[in-house]
Amino acid sequence: MSTQAQARLEQAPDRGGRAQPMLIASHLKRYFPIRGGVLNRTVAEVKAVDDISFTVLKGETLGVVGESGCGKSTLARLLMHLLPRDSGDIIFDGDAVGQLHGLPLRDLRRNMQMVFQDSYSSLNPRLPIEQSVAYAPRVHGMGRAQAKRTARELLQRVGLRPELFAGRYPHELSGGQKQRVNIARALALNPRMLILDEAVSALDKSVEAQVLNLLGTLKREFELTYMFISHDLHVVQYISDRVMVMYLGQVVELGPVDAIYAHPRHPYTAALLDCRLTVDPATRIETPPLVGDPPNPINPPSGCRFRTRCPHAERICEERMPLLGEWNNRPESHLVACHMVHAGSGHSKAPPGGLH
Amino acid sequence: MSDLSITGAGATADPNAREAPPASQVRGYWGNVWQRLRYDYATLFFLALIILIVASAVFAPLIAPFDPNKASMAHRLKPLFFRDNILGTDEQGRDILSRILYGGRTSLLMGIAPVVVATIVGGLFGVVAGYAGGKVNTIIMRGMDVFFAFPSVLLAVAISGSLGGGMINQLITLTVVLTPPLCRVAETATSQIRSMDFVDAARASGASTTSILFNHVLVNAISPVLVYASTLVSASILLASGLSFLGLGVSPPTPDWGLMLSTLRQALYVQPIVCAMPGVAILITSIAFNLVSDGLRQAMDVKA
Repeated sequence: MSTQAQARLEQAPDRGGRAQPMLIASHLKRYFPIRGGVLNRTVAEVKAVDDISFTVLKGETLGVVGESGCGKSTLARLLMHLLPRDSGDIIFDGDAVGQLHGLPLRDLRRNMQMVFQDSYSSLNPRLPIEQSVAYAPRVHGMGRAQAKRTARELLQRVGLRPELFAGRYPHELSGGQKQRVNIARALALNPRMLILDEAVSALDKSVEAQVLNLLGTLKREFELTYMFISHDLHVVQYISDRVMVMYLGQVVELGPVDAIYAHPRHPYTAALLDCRLTVDPATRIETPPLVGDPPNPINPPSGCRFRTRCPHAERICEERMPLLGEWNNRPESHLVACHMVHAGSGHSKAPPGGLH
Repeated sequence: MSDLSITGAGATADPNAREAPPASQVRGYWGNVWQRLRYDYATLFFLALIILIVASAVFAPLIAPFDPNKASMAHRLKPLFFRDNILGTDEQGRDILSRILYGGRTSLLMGIAPVVVATIVGGLFGVVAGYAGGKVNTIIMRGMDVFFAFPSVLLAVAISGSLGGGMINQLITLTVVLTPPLCRVAETATSQIRSMDFVDAARASGASTTSILFNHVLVNAISPVLVYASTLVSASILLASGLSFLGLGVSPPTPDWGLMLSTLRQALYVQPIVCAMPGVAILITSIAFNLVSDGLRQAMDVKA
């Protein structure tokens, strides 16, 4: 363990203290322009991430769920600054990223790393995996021999014996082994936070369980904070402390995992949870809880974006976009963007009370 | 840890498991390419043949039996093995073998130099266009498309015609003709790699664009470019021969394979085999380059 500490880069110190969230994203927006016509003008925009705000607390695992195309991966890339954002702020441990007097982008990347979804394309096919893992420390100024030692230790740590695997190429590994290499690579800079973008989705169940266990162990050992993006509700329930539910580029519900799984308050979350398979014949349902595809994000519905598929949709849902509600750092707060929840919203099922 | 032992068991059951390399001996990509090439005897044979051909051209003054420009009216168009003229004589009584050896100097120069220059220039533009994308890509690739509008031979003839004959102009012509296709290959390969997650992973690690280009993009883009370039060597020799044949290349007294074919064709009915000899030289060289490039492609494909 002592040699390990020597061989790796130092983890950056905790600057903001325990109460400061690891990551604050506020009002993030990213629209992809669709160009067309003779003059290549922007004719429409895909609202991939539309005004998303949330926090990731220190040491927690924030699960992010939602259907395909709801903007989960775009969100991850925005946070990693792999895509420029149209507007919004990203604050890492109290420091605004990429602003004057803020945290330089390079330092953010030291502190926050990402594990990619596609284990096939996320490793350079021409590099032995040892060199893939050693690349990031080399970029950050570590010597060749030491970077190699770091890489070997990390491979060992994720369960790939370096004497067998270090010289192998990605195509010589199975999907689970490749994902372990991806995790080792993400850990090579000794980051404080990992964004796991569908990190286990492509793996079969037994390997998925192994990798999830590994992630749990690594989290304790390296004191990591996770943002775990997945469409698999079971996995998210298993690994997360809090869950964020996304629909068409917006957050519809955010709260502690137990609260959301036991009492989903947004109809979309409820429908999504009903989609889970169950082994109990008594609780089986015949009709699918959610029908059709999500609406086109190019021209999202007015008001509440879920209203076109919502069984409780009313006039107010068409007219006003429901807000997520009070925005704070309390881990126990359960936020819902639905008119049925907000008192006095004008929805027939809304609790009575004054204007929210 | 349970998952550790499971992986260990899986590794030993792997039929492809090779001997574990010692800690200090993980070969890089090029080391592995060389290892594969070492046991590819066909490729090595043709590589040796290319070296032999190049050496024979370089050392032509030492090994050629006769002066390539010494004519003899008495011994015109003699057959193979006529006295000391192993490959016979041409229409002016000059020794064919000596002329082929000397001609290799021009022809190989025409085959290799333009390809090398075009690979560097075209590859650079292609990688930049592919990686940058957007406007830069449009400007570079549409510029290259102008050259694609002409068939390569026509383009070569047009450029050669406007520049005039001579060796330097021929080299320039061939380089200009060969650059656009190489640029296109490099651009296609790069833009494919650009969209792969490992490039994003490298960016996420904070690496500079230069570092990403050299460590991640180039190693992946270089093999299609190199392989395509090596097939172009023979094409370039043939194109140069064609230009010389049309009188747009080197001027007559200088021996050149294409030029020799051109002048000997009038004697095709008198000495068909002797007249074919420069063509045989072109054929052997082209085949050698094509087969070596094929072997190179296989060696550079890590999955082979």
